[in-house]
Order: sequence, then C-alpha cells, then structure tokens
Amino acid sequence: MKILVLIGNVPDTTTKVKFNADKTAFDANGVQWIINPWDELALTRALELKETADSCIESIVVANVGRVETESTLRKALAVGADEAIRVDADPKDAFYVASQLAQVAIGFDLIFAGIEASDYNGAAVGGMLAELLAIQSVSAVSGIQLENGSLKINREIDGGSQTLAMNLPLLAIVQKGIAKEPRIPAMRGIMMARSKKLTVATPIEVEPLTSILSFELPAPKASCKLVAEDQAKELIRLLHEEAKVL
Amino acid sequence: MNFEFTEEQLMIQQAARDYAQRELIKDVLERDAKAEFPADHIRNIAGLGFMGMMVDPKYDGSGMDTISYVLAMEELSKIDASVSVIVSVNNSLVCYGLEKFGTEEQKQKYLRPLASGKKIGAFLLSEPEAGSDATSQRTLAEDKGDYYLVNGTKNWITNANSASTYILIAQTHPDKKHKGINALIVDKDTPGISLGPHEDKMGMRSSDTHSVMFTDVKIPKANRIGDDGFGFKFAMQALEAGRIGIASQALGLASGALERSIAYSKERKAFGTIIANHQSVAFKLAEMAVKVENARNLCLKAAWLKDNHLSFGIASAMAKQYAADIAMEVTTEAVQIHGGYGYVKEYHVERLMREAKLTQIYEGTSEIQKIVISRDLLK
Repeated sequence: MKILVLIGNVPDTTTKVKFNADKTAFDANGVQWIINPWDELALTRALELKETADSCIESIVVANVGRVETESTLRKALAVGADEAIRVDADPKDAFYVASQLAQVAIGFDLIFAGIEASDYNGAAVGGMLAELLAIQSVSAVSGIQLENGSLKINREIDGGSQTLAMNLPLLAIVQKGIAKEPRIPAMRGIMMARSKKLTVATPIEVEPLTSILSFELPAPKASCKLVAEDQAKELIRLLHEEAKVL
Repeated sequence: MNFEFTEEQLMIQQAARDYAQRELIKDVLERDAKAEFPADHIRNIAGLGFMGMMVDPKYDGSGMDTISYVLAMEELSKIDASVSVIVSVNNSLVCYGLEKFGTEEQKQKYLRPLASGKKIGAFLLSEPEAGSDATSQRTLAEDKGDYYLVNGTKNWITNANSASTYILIAQTHPDKKHKGINALIVDKDTPGISLGPHEDKMGMRSSDTHSVMFTDVKIPKANRIGDDGFGFKFAMQALEAGRIGIASQALGLASGALERSIAYSKERKAFGTIIANHQSVAFKLAEMAVKVENARNLCLKAAWLKDNHLSFGIASAMAKQYAADIAMEVTTEAVQIHGGYGYVKEYHVERLMREAKLTQIYEGTSEIQKIVISRDLLK
C-alpha cells in the first residue's frame, strides 16, 4: 500500500500577519514557514500506521505545490519519516489550482491524507477537489483511522456524536485534529537522512485558477475591556446599548 | 563571513525548542521542587539523538556539528537547565574526550552506549580540595601492574548516581605533579565505589550531584585513556569543549529570561499602560538583548572554530565567562521586570536566576576563565 500526504507550506502560527502596500498579497518578509498543522498530524498518523502495519504500507510520499524555498518544509516531513517527496514547481494560486496540480502527481496511491484546512487561508477545499479530480471517494472530518488486515476503519465527528465507517480503497481522507495526538519531533538521524531521500520536482500543468484576490483586510483591533462596578447595572446597560450596540 | 544557519541546524534548533516547550515545561517546576532526576526526558531526548550529538554515527552518535549543539543547548536551557547540564556533561566532557582520545576498543565498549544515550556518563575531576586548582589531585590511582588501585574522593559530580560510566581523573605519580595524572574509564558498579548523599542545590536541582568515594577500587590498565600521565592534558581538553556546552547553557538561561520578560512586559499594566511602554523597562530589555546577542555570537564563534578544527580554547573561555556573567545579570533583571511575580516560582524567572549562578561556578569559574584568557594575552 502507498500513502500520499499533502503538505501545505504555511507561515508559523505565531506570525504577525502583514500585507503589501496595495493589500493584495501577504507580506512574507521574515516569515518562518512550517508544515500546515493539520497536515503534520496527518503525516504523524500515516507514520504510525506504517509502523504498526508495516507489512502492508510500503511507502509514505509527501507532496506540495510551491517554489524551491518550500523544499525545507518538505524535508522536515522527510526528516520525521516520510520516504519521498514531490514538489510541483508553481505558486499555489488558489484551491482549484493546487488541487489540479496535485491531481497530476497523486496517481497510484491507495490512501491520500489531506488536512481539513490550511492555517494560512483556511480554505478547506483542496482535499475535496482533489478527490473529485481523481474520481475517488473521500471522507471528511476524519478524526481517527485504523488499518486492520488491509481494511480501513474511519472515525469521524458528526453533529452530536461520532460515526465509524468501513471504507474501501482508494480513499482520500480529509483529516482534522484528533487524527494523531501530537506532531512528531524529528530525530537527528532523520534530519541527517532527509537530504538523501528522493525529492522529485514536477512541472506544473496549465490551469486557470478559479478565484483571484481583490484585497486583504486585517480584523479590527480588539477594543480594550471595560470594567463596570457591580452596583452600576444601569451604566452596563447603557454601554451595551450605546457603545457595544448589542442591546 | 556567513551568519546563516543550514537547514539541518535550524531543524535541530526547532526540534530542541519543540521538545523543551512541549514536554520539559510540563514538569520542570515540580522536578525543581522535588529535586527529581528527569529520567524519562533523558530517555526521550536520547531517542532524538541529543545525548551524543557530535559523535560519529559509526559510534551511534548523531554526527552533528558544534553549531547545532549550541543551538540545541540554548533551546533546552531556556526551559530546563537541569536537563541541559546532563546533556552537556555527556556530550562535551564524556563523549568528546572518549571519541578524541579513546582506543577503538574503548570506543566500541563505552562510547557507543553513551553516544546513543542508552547509558549516561559523568566526569570526575573536582575534589574536596581541588576545584579550580585541578592540578592538586589527591585521589590516587596506584600502578599495580595490570590494574590501577584507586583511593580518594571526588566532589560535585553531575550525573553521579544516574551515570553508568565515569571518566575519572586521578594521580598516579605525585612526584610528577600534573604530569603524573591519569584519566581512567570506570564502570560505576565496580566494587569499592560509594556515593555521598544527593547534594541539595540552589539551582539545577533535578540533576543529581553527589560526591563519589573510591576505596581500593581496581581499574584495569586497558581503561586508561592515552599514555601514562596524559590525564591532566586530557581533562583540560575535555573542559575546553565542555565550556562551549556550559556557555550555551548560560546563553539559554539568559535568552529564556529575556523572552519571558518581553512577553510579561507586553501584558502587565502599570500606571495605565503596559510596562513595556515605560522606558525604564524598555531600556532594560534592550540592554538584556544586546548581552544575549553578544553571548550567542561568542558561543557560535567558539563552536565554529571547533568545527573547523581550529584552536578554540580561548574562544570557549571567553564564551563561558561572558555568557555565565551576563546570564546572572539578565536573569536578575528579568526578576526585577517581573516584580513580585518574578519572586514566585510559577513565573520561572527566579529559577532561571538560581540556575544562572551555577554557570559562573562549574566547569571553570568565571575567574578561572579570566586566568585562561589573560595568560593567553600576556604570554
């Protein structure tokens, strides 16, 4: 069995978000890049499956759409244990564009993991689109995945409870938090081996993105907290009515 | 000149940061209070490759450079200097010396389990009456033909109880003074070795420190490192490398205190605004940051010299003296910035201050480093 894990290259979650002068693009200056946290958990679960059922999983491949500078993110995935990596050499323009590029390289895999969303644009679209483009089944909001004797058991969160499904392969699993406990820290041996693992650069195909960004806005800064004394109920009502305008 | 780190160095820094901020932080206060050895953490970080970072992979080490070691030591020390001293002693005093001067048999038998972290090492140099004056070794290793008969006491030994392998510095030919000293590899469970009580220390409380007594302990000749009388030179070379580890530890204590101070001063309000807006606090932060940056550069310079097989003894002495002294200054200022909260354990900075004090004392006091530096200037 071959597993593919999609890897988003996203700004560190503590990044102070800034945009360029005309507010049409994210200002990547000085930003530290990481593996999208959902994808990192997906990779962790894939590695766990390989370790517990290594007789049936022959390799774990990671793939992204990005320029050469995103290779360090892919190599981190290799350092924690992925066997090889594929980078489609293009700027990730929108979800459809990314899914279309990935569809060219995501062929021949039995199980594909996609994080439910990426922590940069939170589009939550690539996984579903890729499954459609590949014409394979997908299941979303996956919070648990077990592999027993080659058959797949999926847990997913549903309104007011959870659901357990038996699924056939091939499958694209769109995973959320809970799929693995926490991401792995790469061991030094893995870090040293990462550079010698295969990293294939694929040429992008011609495809038009479906969306374009007109402008970005930062959320309004949070107003400071006002404390109202416990015997000033009228003042509280006035503030809620006149300032907060919630009454 | 290139100030950029490699991708691998950055990954190791991140790995150390992740482990420290995700795992060490969870129980660091409790271990400090109970003076409890971090056995689980040491096992975990050994699995990640931190216990023999610079040892050749053919001896089960990680094969990393000293720059990576500085980066990792800083990150671990920001959160837990007790863990980082265990790492430092194993890496730069024990593994470094064994790999550089040990025989192939010694490396196969002793270095491999130490570099993989399956076993922990300790370095036995200090004595009740030989601390800074390391030439005055009173522990005797009498030459009895095919073995040495060891009698004496060693003091302030980090990892004394948790270690399986000791590197012992002892006097064989008192008439030859420091040229009569030998370095011996000792299995801790050799008959005749006993430990004093666990030292109740001011800081680094979860590293285990004891005195070690030797009574008619027989050590095979095959366990001597180098030629007869090489022990003092061996110890000094190991300490040169060790200083980079402790300098980086001091750096981590200072940068950890600075990070906590920056975060706190952006949250805590006084006189109607966050305290970072008060120049008295902002200037303190600026002064702390300059000191931390200087210490970091000194540590990295010493590491770079070592990685390039250039003489690094003076650079490591400068790094150790400066980083230790500013660690004391920066952690003290961090407590001041935190005010009353800085004086309680929950906010960590009082612990960093207690721990910083030891970096000015062990593996060569700040005064000893100044002797090393000034002798070089005046020779």
